[in-house]
Order: sequence, then structure tokens, then C-alpha cells
Amino acid sequence: MFSYCTDPSTLEGLSWLSCYLTTGKHVNLYISVFVVLTLLAITAPTALLFGFGAASAARSKFLPLRWFGKGYTSIVRGVPDIAFFLFFVIALDQAFEWMRHKVKCPDWDQPIRQGIDFVVCDAAKLPLSTSPQWVHETYGFFLAVLTFSIVFGAFAANVLYGAMRAVPRAQIETAEAYGMTHRQAFWRILVPQMWVYALPGLSNLWMVLIKSTPLLFLLGVEDIVYWAKELGGTKTARFTDYPHPNWHVEYFFALLVFYLCFTKVSEVVLDRIMTRLTKGQATAAGEAQRKAAA
Amino acid sequence: MSCVETIQAYAFRSLGFGERLLPRGEYTLCEHFTLIGSGLIWNVYFGALALMTGFFLAVALAVGKSSPNPLFRKPAEWFIFLFRGSPLFIQFFFAYACFLSLKSVSSFFDPFTSAWLGALVVLFCNTAAYSGEIFYGALLSIPKGDIEAADAYGMTGWNRFRRITFPTMLRLAWPAYTNEAIFLFHATTLVFFSGFPAWRQQGDALYYASYFADKTFNPFVPYPILAFYFILLTLVIISLFGFVNRRLNKHLPQERRAKPRLRISLIR
Repeated sequence: MFSYCTDPSTLEGLSWLSCYLTTGKHVNLYISVFVVLTLLAITAPTALLFGFGAASAARSKFLPLRWFGKGYTSIVRGVPDIAFFLFFVIALDQAFEWMRHKVKCPDWDQPIRQGIDFVVCDAAKLPLSTSPQWVHETYGFFLAVLTFSIVFGAFAANVLYGAMRAVPRAQIETAEAYGMTHRQAFWRILVPQMWVYALPGLSNLWMVLIKSTPLLFLLGVEDIVYWAKELGGTKTARFTDYPHPNWHVEYFFALLVFYLCFTKVSEVVLDRIMTRLTKGQATAAGEAQRKAAA
Repeated sequence: MSCVETIQAYAFRSLGFGERLLPRGEYTLCEHFTLIGSGLIWNVYFGALALMTGFFLAVALAVGKSSPNPLFRKPAEWFIFLFRGSPLFIQFFFAYACFLSLKSVSSFFDPFTSAWLGALVVLFCNTAAYSGEIFYGALLSIPKGDIEAADAYGMTGWNRFRRITFPTMLRLAWPAYTNEAIFLFHATTLVFFSGFPAWRQQGDALYYASYFADKTFNPFVPYPILAFYFILLTLVIISLFGFVNRRLNKHLPQERRAKPRLRISLIR
């Protein structure tokens, strides 16, 4: 990275550290921070969407749809989320391959599950065995994102379902009195008002989501935990220009600090949003704000 | 092997009793149930011990956080922030790395590098921080009248805490504490995925479930079994805590007693 880094064995102190922290593998570590942020950036809206869909389905007048919504919202109850992560990654992968198998190889007569093997025809493999490495990695990341979205979508569905019920009944009745249809009352009255009730739950969910991003490591994605483990291990002079003893403690401490800062910043920002949203609302917090200002 | 024989061989496999080698080849449903159930012993061990020991630290943290003296308040606040603000997964990794390097300093830290003690310490601190925050919230919402009544009776210090503040705090916090207990049991599944080695493949329920899923490429059998066990465990926790809850609220008038009911929350 820097010009003085050509011979690391002569360096000492800070200049050594500056060279050490800018090696190619460390750049991978910094990139993996963006992997985590990307995961958050994709998962949060997707999970919200899934949650919104499921919460609306759970309120539906159509029975099977309501069953689907309620079933989805209650799957996460009572079972560790980590079990869902491990389950969905394999299950989704197999579901995709099975569907492609049905479409691409209709004349395949052997069973899919042969003893302890899962066999689909070559054309249905995901990703194809001929595709380059980055496709495999992206597919793995995509599966992880989808898994996170499904699990957190169920959490979000619960929050949003509660928020929809928290909107005062009189508001809907007024809308109906004005002659709005169900659909109109839902989109024009219920949805705009539910967010202030949903925000405490959603911000809690955001915190939990941040704190479960290290689980990406278990889903086979090369995330910050992976690189911290990799880089922190003992390095001998034979394989690297920067030999060092086992530095796992330092690396994991850095991760700990990273997450502490991340959650602290989120907390401050979410508090601000909450203050802004409660302004002028007919809730206890809104009333307290009004009194404090007066 | 018949199912009874499987149970005899593997029921305590996770503790090191019975058959050493894990079953091979085609796995029967009975083997799934027995081994995952055997792993559940570890989850119960971690959860129950961390909860029981963590309770005392949690009360101390809550009292410390509500203390006007910054000498008590600051450490409690930082402890709670540290353990609630960072992922448990990272805490496990960090603690394991710490214990490993401490091991070379003194042989006293030898047992800390194995899961039964090292992971327990982390879970203990973690649940203490989460429950400490719950108890702190409950301390803040103790009715003013209760404290004033205690003052009127001339109760102060330890006496007032033991007879008025503590029971009321516990009563108010209990529903949230029940949820925390459920989450703690769920969190115990992380232990063997986070650095702590599963010695001789003696792991917890999720360890065996993922072992089966890896070997058979079929997640649709082991994970539902795991889910079944955990739902059962959750129901047991709810009924145990419900029993305590009824006891804590026994002195209240009938119509008020129905109020502090458990509402299962989904996230910690």
C-alpha cells in the first residue's frame, strides 16, 4: 500500500502496523464489513416487505390466506432463530434445485433422495458446476440474505400485526363512515398511522438484526468473523512477511468494539426518529413532548 | 438395532456415556430423536445454570444502575451496555480467545477453554446484563406509594429492600424475565458453533441436528425434531415461570392478579 512497505522486516512500531493493516487480506476484511452492511441494507427492507405482506395476510378475510399469515408469523415462536438459519440455507438450496430439476430434466426417472444423497441432474445444479467462483459466492450470499429475510420477516410481521391492531378502531370506522372501501381504509388510514406504533418494535428488531449478522459466518459466507478468525491466527515467517503470534483476542476485540459502536449509533438515530414521529401524536409520549415544550 | 437399544446406547451420548461412535450410514428416525434429545441435556445445563447464577448478578446490576452513586452506577451501566450492545456470537469468540491466551499464563484457566465452564461464564454475564436491564426497568416502575408506605413504617436500607423493593421489582419484572429465560435457552444453541470445541463430538441439540443435516443432506428431518424439542422446552419454562408468577402475585386482590400476564415476545 505505502511505498515504505516493500521490506516489512525492517519496519517497526506504527509504520509496521500501518503496513500490516493494509495488506491484501486485510482489505478483504474491510470489504467484508461492506458485505455485512449490504446484508443489512438488503435484508431490512425485504424483511419489512415480507412482514408487511404476512401481517396483511393475517388480517385477510380469505381463510387460507389468513392461515398462511398466522402460520408464518408463528413459526419463529419457541424455536431458536439459529436453527432456522441453518435449516433454511439447505432447504432453500434444495428447493431451488428441485424446481429446476423438474423443469429442466422431465425425463429423469431416479428418485431425488437416494439414501443419504440428494441427486439432481447436472443441468439443474445451482450454481452450475462450470460457473466461476464469484457466482458460487454470490449465490451463497443470496441464500443467506433470503434466509435472514424470511426469519426476520416473521419477526417484523408480528410487530406490524400488533401495530395494525393498535391503530384506534374509531379511525377505521370513520373512514368507513365516509364511504371508503376496505382497501381504501387500509391504505389511506391504517397504513400511514401504524408506523408510530410499530417503531419501538421495529427498532428493537433492527438491533437484533445487527447483532445476528455475525451468524453469516455459520451460513458459509466469508464475513468479518471469518476474516478475523483467519487473520488472527498464528502466522509464521515462512508464509507471510508479517509474522505474529495468535492475535485472536485483538481481532475479536476489534469486532466487539465495531458492533458496540454500530448498536450505539443506531440507538441514538432511532431515538431521534422516534422523537420526530411522536411529535403531535395523541399518545402518552406525544403528550409529554407537548407539555415539555410548553 | 431396535429403538430401545438405540436409546440405551445414545441417550447420554452427549455426556460421554454409552456408545462412543456415532451411528453411521442410514440414520433411523429413532437415532435422530435420541441423539438430538441427548444433546438437549447440554442446552438445559447451560440455560438453567446461567439463569440461576445470573439472577443474582442481574439484581446487583439493577440496583447498581439505579444507584445515585456513580461509583456503583457507571460499572453497572458499562457492563450492561457491553453485553447487550454486542452479539453473543462475538462474545463467545472473544471469550474463547481470551481464555486460550490466559491458559498459557496459569493452569487455573484450563477448564475455561472447554465449553462446560467457558461458555457458561459468557452466558452467565450475558443473561445477567439482559435481566439486569429488565430488573432496572422494573425498579423504576415500582409504585411510589409502596416506597412511601415503607418509609412511613420506618423501614430503611436493607430491610426496605428485602421486604418492599425486591419483591415488587420481581413481581413487575417477571413476565419480561420469563421471555429472557426462553431466549437464553435459545442462545445456548450457539455454544458449539462459536469456537468452543465439542469434545469427542459431545455437543448440544443443534450440534447433533446439524450433524445429521450435513451427513444426510436432508434438513427436513433433524431440524423439525429440534424444533419439537425446543417448543417442548419452551412450554416447560413457561409453566415453571408461570407457577412462580402466580406465587409472586398471590397477595394481590383477585381482579388485579389477572393483570401481569405473560405475553410471549419474539425477540430479545
